Amino acid sequence: MSNLVWLVPLLPFIGFLVNGLGRKFLPKAGVSIVGSGSVIAAFAIAVSLFLETKAPGFTPRVISLFSFISVGKLSIPFAFQVDQLSALFLLIITGVGSLIHIYSAAYMHEESNEGYARYFAYLNLFIFSMLLLVLGANYVMMFIGWEGVGLCSYLLIGFWFKNPSFSKAANKAFIMNRIGDLGFLLGIFYIIANFGTVTYSAVFAQAATMGSGHHTLVIIAVLLFIGAMGKSAQIPLYTWLPDAMAGPTPVSALIHAATMVTAGIYMIARSNVIYTLAPAVQNFIVIIGTATALLAASIAIAQNDIKKVLAYSTVSQLGYMFIALGVGAYSTAVFHVMTHAFFKALLFLGSGSVIHAMGGEQDIRKMGGLKKYLPTTHWTFLVGCLAIAGIPGFSGFFSKDEILANAFAANKIVYVFGLLGALMTAFYMFRLYYITFCGSFRGTHEQEHHLHESPAAMTIPLVVLAVLSVFGGYIGLPEVFGVKSLLNEYLAPIFAPSVPFAAVHELEPGTEWMLMIISSVLVIGMIFWARAKYRRYQNPGTENTGLLKVLENKWYVDEIYDAVIVRPLQALSQFFSEVMEKLGIDRLVNGIGKSVQWGGQQLRVIQNGQVGFYIFAMVLGIIVLLVIGLLF
Amino acid sequence: MPVQYYIFLSVVLFCIGIMGVLMRRNAIIIFMCVELMLNAVNLLMVAFSKMWADAGHVDAGAAQIFVFFIMVVAAAEVAVGLAIIVMMYRNTHSVDINLLNRLKN
Repeated sequence: MSNLVWLVPLLPFIGFLVNGLGRKFLPKAGVSIVGSGSVIAAFAIAVSLFLETKAPGFTPRVISLFSFISVGKLSIPFAFQVDQLSALFLLIITGVGSLIHIYSAAYMHEESNEGYARYFAYLNLFIFSMLLLVLGANYVMMFIGWEGVGLCSYLLIGFWFKNPSFSKAANKAFIMNRIGDLGFLLGIFYIIANFGTVTYSAVFAQAATMGSGHHTLVIIAVLLFIGAMGKSAQIPLYTWLPDAMAGPTPVSALIHAATMVTAGIYMIARSNVIYTLAPAVQNFIVIIGTATALLAASIAIAQNDIKKVLAYSTVSQLGYMFIALGVGAYSTAVFHVMTHAFFKALLFLGSGSVIHAMGGEQDIRKMGGLKKYLPTTHWTFLVGCLAIAGIPGFSGFFSKDEILANAFAANKIVYVFGLLGALMTAFYMFRLYYITFCGSFRGTHEQEHHLHESPAAMTIPLVVLAVLSVFGGYIGLPEVFGVKSLLNEYLAPIFAPSVPFAAVHELEPGTEWMLMIISSVLVIGMIFWARAKYRRYQNPGTENTGLLKVLENKWYVDEIYDAVIVRPLQALSQFFSEVMEKLGIDRLVNGIGKSVQWGGQQLRVIQNGQVGFYIFAMVLGIIVLLVIGLLF
Repeated sequence: MPVQYYIFLSVVLFCIGIMGVLMRRNAIIIFMCVELMLNAVNLLMVAFSKMWADAGHVDAGAAQIFVFFIMVVAAAEVAVGLAIIVMMYRNTHSVDINLLNRLKN
């Protein structure tokens, strides 16, 4: 079966070609069947691949299709790697991707025929690139997918490009990602220079012989992590992700919550040997992850745009994943990627359903009391909130507590900050829930009249994701429950090479129980606090003051970036265009032109029309040539 | 006779030719001066040919064949050149070459 792995990315690519080329004449039904069908078919193959990797006695396979780059001693094949990690990501991408495609078929129905086809073409191209990213057997393949998903993200954020602020958001996402991509690219070059290959197995085998803390490994780890910072929206490159909410909501669910932004996690989990051998970089990752988790969670508390809250929540959850990576709990990070994909896709699709019902309104202050109009959306959204808040029994509880337990074992301070972030998460999610779904309706009369539950194509994916959000966590039960974590066992071969170098942190079962109880009690407390505060929310109509105002304005980070980086750059380019261009380059070029003209003016008097003069010049020339010939 | 004499005569003839071409304005005289230069070269060629033949180079006589070539070409050139001068005279009633600067501008 793994011989057919190339079909998995190929199918969405065919979908992209069909929808992209046929956008002028394909009907909407055809577009959605091609678009969703190709991803569902890819999902079916991914399931069979997954079953193959799960079977006992499976060894990772590399399927080489053709030679991609071959220069001197360096040879980069176009090869796919089928192992536990890539198979799991395949499942997440094609599974969540299928649901979101189905959802999109209904959500985007008001677009024109051409826009509809363009949307599905981009979405299919995205799935294709993402699959390349996780399937590639070397860093260059990963980079191809990495750039592809960046491009699709740009295209989809700017899907409604006639709105200038949306195009600006798309540009911002693209440029911020470029900064990270440069780090990744330099990392690849550094790998090539030092290892002479980019194939994972060869690189890791050589890295394992270098010893912990070798400077080459540290440099590679830092460069790759810069790439991950950009793609996975970590401090300082996170500001693009909230702005990326300009795209259609299913895009936010798929690209900016479930899949693309976890590419950084995938990369570091894939390179676990390198990172384990560079403990300094791991500490750096923990710091960045913790700071991001806290900062983004604090901003989410004061946001009033339903998608912005979810966006900051995504940034914060990505921070958690980086904490897990930083403390060496790679499979925990992957576990959180998976559960997060379920509940965050659910929350985004739920918010899409709300926005759809509200006729495009995204401000939660103008919503309220929606639970009686949107029953399915309400229930599934509540499940998503419970999952992300980490209520025992829901998937988010298991993955988040595993991260916190690992953080506790590694460093108590990180644990305290992580717990604080988790509490903020519970608070802002239930603030969002209560303001949106409870209380009384605060929108216009017209909107109230328009309120309706979304069609089945939108609610069915919600229900499926809600079920996954509840039960997705049971594949990774903590060991104190007396059962083996299926996920950890499944992923163990991937992370086995780094185990000999990793620092061991063991937790007493009693401590782990205690941590779980502490966080559960506190989280439930936060939920009740949010309930008391926002259950009967009325729009106060006054501006926030003090800390809340700072939070509402996102700690003024955008303004700081604007003042520190954007403005000076603009001033510099202004200087170059006004002074260097006009006074330097223009003058030089014009001067050359003018001097040639002047020289011609002076020389034209020689052409006087006297035949004798011409012959004299000729003879003179011959004599000069003769003299030169004799002398030299 | 040593070859230097021929060279000297030939250089004198050539310089007279050049000076004539440069200084005179009458087209016919310029034309004759050009012929003078050609024949100076012919003279030189024959002299060198003889010199090398005396020195034992069997095929040095071949140079004299070129002299005949030059004569033939010069005759053809005279035919064309004189025709041009005749046409010039018909149009301008003069053989002064400086009148030809009308081509200027």
